[in-house]
Amino acid sequence: MLTPTLRVLFVLIAFLLTYIHSNELTFELPDNAKECFNEKIKVGSKFVLEFQVVTGGNYDVDLELKSPSGKILYQVTKKQYDQIEKTAEEDGVYEFCFSNEFSTFTHKVIYIDWRVDGDPEHEITGPNPRVAEGALTMIESKVGNIHRNLESCIDYQTHHRLREATGRARAEDLQERVQLWSIGQFVLIIIVAIGTVLLLRSFFTDRRTSSSASWSR
Amino acid sequence: MGNQSFLSIVFILVQLILTTHSLYFHIRETERKCFIEEIPDQTLVIGKYKVELFDANSNTYLPSTPGIGMHVEVKDPDEKIVLSKLYTSEGRFTFTSHIPGEHVICLYSNSTAWFGGQQLRVHLDIDIGEHAVDYQQISAKEKLTELQLRVRQLLDQVEQISKEQNYQRYREERFRATSESTNQRVLWWSIAQLLILVIAGFWQMRHLKGFFEAKKLV
Repeated sequence: MLTPTLRVLFVLIAFLLTYIHSNELTFELPDNAKECFNEKIKVGSKFVLEFQVVTGGNYDVDLELKSPSGKILYQVTKKQYDQIEKTAEEDGVYEFCFSNEFSTFTHKVIYIDWRVDGDPEHEITGPNPRVAEGALTMIESKVGNIHRNLESCIDYQTHHRLREATGRARAEDLQERVQLWSIGQFVLIIIVAIGTVLLLRSFFTDRRTSSSASWSR
Repeated sequence: MGNQSFLSIVFILVQLILTTHSLYFHIRETERKCFIEEIPDQTLVIGKYKVELFDANSNTYLPSTPGIGMHVEVKDPDEKIVLSKLYTSEGRFTFTSHIPGEHVICLYSNSTAWFGGQQLRVHLDIDIGEHAVDYQQISAKEKLTELQLRVRQLLDQVEQISKEQNYQRYREERFRATSESTNQRVLWWSIAQLLILVIAGFWQMRHLKGFFEAKKLV
């Protein structure tokens, strides 16, 4: 039987093997700017890039994903949300750039979720990586299941939060616009009301003076 | 064989893998880089970073530069500074949020260069909530079995989900307040507009009537 220390060791190895590196960042992209991120990836690793424009302008951004040799793997313009899944075909530094170069006055807030799965030689395929070790009781596999489900639950929550943030940004924008438009309309009504009266007055005053001028001639 | 030393080797291995895998970006020496984290209250955030200075001579990034340090500044949604510290070229910062909302984490170097300076490469990894907990360390420290460890992770996850849900409720409330306020404003504005139009029309008629009578047109 396994000693407790050895078991802990197995756990550690399991953690190590199933280790998925994930990076979630939210950053502000100023107008006319380009922002790049890089990561060194080994050949055969799977990587997932997910992005969403949270606020700003028309909620769109340009994205370019480049392989180490400079080949463009993915390019999209003016997109609000996308998910890209790729397998690294070469070793080296992958780069992805967000650019707001088409926009001259709106800055944007962008969320990215960048995940890189472990190296292929370490990866054990299948829904539960620890099955290979054969030391799995029913309860352990259930716990593993719950863990994965909760993980996706957190993922959904994140998406919901971002969507809500977009919605709220729009609602706040709308409120501001309604307020501004109301003030504008108020000023406009007053100007038009006074303008109409002045115009009418000038018509009649003009006609009378011109007609009186013709009479006097 | 010393189990302890063997374990520590494994830890170092894990740590190595954790540190080598990380996203990085470039900034100029004087540039400031900010990230936004929208988090519920009582949430642990751990950030790990490493800075490398570009060396023009060898055309590479030097792995460790003693002179370079990083300022880390964290602001809470009320613009109050939660954390502001100067770290060395490689470091780790932690903070726990006290109010829910958008926390802004800014990184900038302690460089005194005047014109842009050199380019810096910054490796950054920010972990929030359950992701920030280091289970390898816990299992070693508290001697938990695999199952205990896993259950503990589940508990942490559930706690995070419920926190997030609480926060979502709070935000939804704010969202609805905004929408309702907009609705109210539109309603009141319609009524005000109606009044303004009637008053303006009335004034126009009266004024013109007086004018025409004075000019003896009617």
